[in-house]
Amino acid sequence: MGTQDIIDTLAGIEPGSTLDAIRARRLQARENAQKSYLALFEPIDAGDFPLAERAAVAAFVTGLHGESPVAAFYRDKLAATTDGAALVEAIKAEIEHGKTSGPYGAYPAGPLSIESKAGLVYRVSAERKPVLGERLVAALEHAHLLVFHPRDAASADMKALLASGWSTTGIVTFSQLVAFLSFQVRVVSGLRTLAAASTSEARS
Amino acid sequence: MSTVNPPVVFTQDELGWVSWIDPLPEAELTERHYAGLVDRARAKSEYFRLLVRDPEVLEARTKTDKDIFYNVADGLPRAERELAAAATSRYNGCIYCASVHARFASTYSKRRDDVQRLLDEGVGADLGERWNAVVKASVAMAATPIAFGPDNIAELRRAGLDDAEIVDVINGAAFFNWANRLMLSLGEPSK
Repeated sequence: MGTQDIIDTLAGIEPGSTLDAIRARRLQARENAQKSYLALFEPIDAGDFPLAERAAVAAFVTGLHGESPVAAFYRDKLAATTDGAALVEAIKAEIEHGKTSGPYGAYPAGPLSIESKAGLVYRVSAERKPVLGERLVAALEHAHLLVFHPRDAASADMKALLASGWSTTGIVTFSQLVAFLSFQVRVVSGLRTLAAASTSEARS
Repeated sequence: MSTVNPPVVFTQDELGWVSWIDPLPEAELTERHYAGLVDRARAKSEYFRLLVRDPEVLEARTKTDKDIFYNVADGLPRAERELAAAATSRYNGCIYCASVHARFASTYSKRRDDVQRLLDEGVGADLGERWNAVVKASVAMAATPIAFGPDNIAELRRAGLDDAEIVDVINGAAFFNWANRLMLSLGEPSK
C-alpha cells in the first residue's frame, strides 16, 4: 500500500471522521495533491533539483508561513535528508531573517498604482552564503519573492536563477515546489481551523 | 519576437500569456509529456508546454485542479468556487488568473456586474452576504502568515455554507495560491 496521505496526516484527519468523509468526495483532488507531493519530494529523476535542495527550500518556505505542523514536518525532512542536516541551522536563521507579511508588491503603472505596496526585498545574509552555496542562495531569495510578493516577479529573476546554475527545467520544478507548498500549507491550516471550529461547536 | 502588451487593470477580457523562459517545442513532446498535459490540446499553450518540463508534477497538479473546480456532483456551486479563485487572484495581484476565473464566475453566476466590481473596487467590494463571506475567507487564506480563522468559518456558516461547501472554499482558495505564483513568476500577461 502507498504512503499515508500527507495532508490528512498534517491536518490530523482521522479515518472515519467527518472531514475524512468530506475529503473522500473530492477523491481525485485528494489523491493528486498526494501525487504532487510525491512527484516533488520523491521524484523519478532529481537531476535538475537535488533532494537536499528541495528539502531546504521546503523548510524555508513553510517556515516563512510561521510555526506549524507543516513547518515542523519539512524541517525534520531536511534534517533527515543526506546533505540536508548541515543546512538546518542556516535555514532556521534565514527564516527569522526573512519573516514579514504578504502579499505586497507593485502593480504596472496605471490605475492600480495606488494599490502598490512596498515591502521587504529579502537577501540571504552574507554570513550564511558559504554554507548554503550559490544555487541555494538564489533559490531562497526567489522563494521569498514567491511567498510574499509574487506580483513583483520579473524576467530578470529568471535570468538570476539561470546565472546561478539553475536549468530551465530545474526552475519549473522549483517554482512548482514553492507554489505547491503555498497550497498545501493553506489546505492543512484551513482543515485544522474547520475541525477545531466544529469541535468547539459540539461542546457548546 | 512577439511584442508584449501588458494589461494595467483587472479585466474579464481574454488575455494571452508569454513565458520568460523556454517552453518545450511542440515537436519535442513525447507520450510522457502528453500524459503530463492530461488534455492533448494543451500542447498549444505556452504555459503548459513550459510546465510540462516536469510532466509528473504537472499531471498531478492538473488533476487536483480539475477535481476542485469541476467536480460539482455535490458541494459548493461552481460559480462560488470560481469566485474564490478570482478573489484570491485579485488579492495576490495576478491579472491573468483573475481574468480567467472572473469570466468563469460571471458565466456560472450570471452576475457579471458584481464580478466586475470585485475586479474594479478590489476585495472590499460589497457583493452581498454570501459572496462577501467567500471573498473574505479567500483573502484571509491568501495572506502570509495565513489569516484564515474561526471567524471566517462562522461567517461562511451564517451565509448558509455547510462544512463540505466550506472545504470547497478552502480548496479553491488554497489552489489559487499555487496557480497565481506560477503565472506571476514564469511569464506575463499580454493583451
